[in-house]
Amino acid sequence: MLKVNNISFGYNSEHGVFKDISLSLKPGEILGLYGKSGIGKTTFAKIIAGYLKPDTGSVVVDGETYPFKRRNPVQLIGQHPENTINPRWQMNQVLGESGVFSDEFLRELGISNEWMHRFPSQLSGGELQRFCLARALVPETKYLIADEMTTMLDAITKAQIWETVLQLIKQRQLGMLVISHEFPLLKRTCHRILDFEDLLGKN
Amino acid sequence: MTELISKYLPLKRSKKRNRRKRALTFSVLGVILLLILVGSGFLIDTQGLVVNFDEANSAPSWSHPFGTDWLGRDMFVRTVKGLSLSFWVGLLAAFISGVIALILSLLLLVNKTLDSLVTGLIDLFLGVPHIVALILISFMLGGGLYGVIIAVALTHWPRLARLLRAEIMQIKNSEYISVSRHMGKSWFWIAQHHILPHLMPQLFIGFILMFPHAILHEASITFLGFGLSSEQPAIGIILSEAMGYLSSGMWWLAVFPGLMLLVMVAVFDSLGRNLRKVFDPFKGQKH
Ligand SMILES: Nc1ncnc2c1ncn2[C@@H]1O[C@H](COP(=O)(O)OP(=O)(O)OP(=O)(O)O)[C@@H](O)[C@H]1O
Ligand SMILES: [Mg+2]
Repeated sequence: MLKVNNISFGYNSEHGVFKDISLSLKPGEILGLYGKSGIGKTTFAKIIAGYLKPDTGSVVVDGETYPFKRRNPVQLIGQHPENTINPRWQMNQVLGESGVFSDEFLRELGISNEWMHRFPSQLSGGELQRFCLARALVPETKYLIADEMTTMLDAITKAQIWETVLQLIKQRQLGMLVISHEFPLLKRTCHRILDFEDLLGKN
Repeated sequence: MTELISKYLPLKRSKKRNRRKRALTFSVLGVILLLILVGSGFLIDTQGLVVNFDEANSAPSWSHPFGTDWLGRDMFVRTVKGLSLSFWVGLLAAFISGVIALILSLLLLVNKTLDSLVTGLIDLFLGVPHIVALILISFMLGGGLYGVIIAVALTHWPRLARLLRAEIMQIKNSEYISVSRHMGKSWFWIAQHHILPHLMPQLFIGFILMFPHAILHEASITFLGFGLSSEQPAIGIILSEAMGYLSSGMWWLAVFPGLMLLVMVAVFDSLGRNLRKVFDPFKGQKH
């Protein structure tokens, strides 16, 4: 169980982004989070995945709190894949950093073999995002936080990737938090949908 | 409009490529020049260093292009020997300095206390006039070859360390490093795989550019009498000895060795600058 207990956060002391938010995510559950631009969804995702420390409150992952000494069981797929990849590495090195992946798995995520020897600057945002997804889906991962994961993709690729991801989530019983401002996508993929405004209002 | 752009873009790229090619040519030329210098230091016939009073104090001629000194030693041979010694002293000192700069700047990754210690040390060293620190350290170590090498090594790292530290700080704060941390990678692994390869061009160019400084400083403390001993065939020794003979009109004792020293320093400097131009396109891998 991934539990978020009463967290508050502000980038500076005067303006808080949010206050006192709680949430829980069970293994195997796909939870949607909906909210308008600039409301704090990405900030929230970064806190859950341990990239930012909340000012108050705690994030408890299967009974443990950050920081972990080992690989983080909560993996974040961000909005800007280009920032999360070393610009001087070729893509096979990028994948190699997190593990070994089967050709079949990579094919399912729509990763073409000829991209392996390219640099990140030579791939599109959507193509990079597939690599980010692949390296987040290592066996140690228990929870996946997808922040606008497929917003930059076309409809066909989007459908293909979601099919693969949903199948994996089910198979491995991962918990997934899907953050998006595309309500139809959330409706299609999630078991439960929360409005970020409601989360904010509940305190 | 699109015509304009498509015309302009390839032109710009080819211009850039040409500049890089030129820088590469100059770099190769510089390396060849330096190799010739160091090689001739090894291969040159040392017969010219034998004391020969018959030929003492002769002005430059075909048989002695740089003239001879008051003992009849050939100044060309002495200069080449001196420069090659300067080269090795500079190489060793700049190498040690580079290693110190790299290790100290990497302490940024270990913890804050160590890093602020390093920053303090950098400020301290940069605050003391270079030549004073050099003389002090060399004097404390009793001068000589090792005194000079260590003194030069210990005084030249701070500038490079500051540069590398800033670079490491920037990489450390980038998102892909956070991602790597969340994959469970240690700082040691990250330093090895993400940071070191990124720093290599910087480190290498810093090392090359440290060379001329190291050589000039070695020559100057030797000239001032705090460096290499007078038996060593050093440029600093040649120049300081020559001072005593300038008034008697033996200009060639100082002019040629001094000029050659300047040429070597200039070659290193231009090599460093050109290498920077060669490496620059790799900065960020953005095309
Ligand atoms: N590094 C930062 N420093 C200061 N303020 C920030 C920083 N990052 C985000 N903010 C601010 O925090 C608020 C929440 O930003 P966040 O990125 O979490 O929004 P979001 O809900 O993800 O928006 P979007 O749907 O557009 O991605 C915004 O007002 C934003 O301006
Ligand atoms: Mg966002």
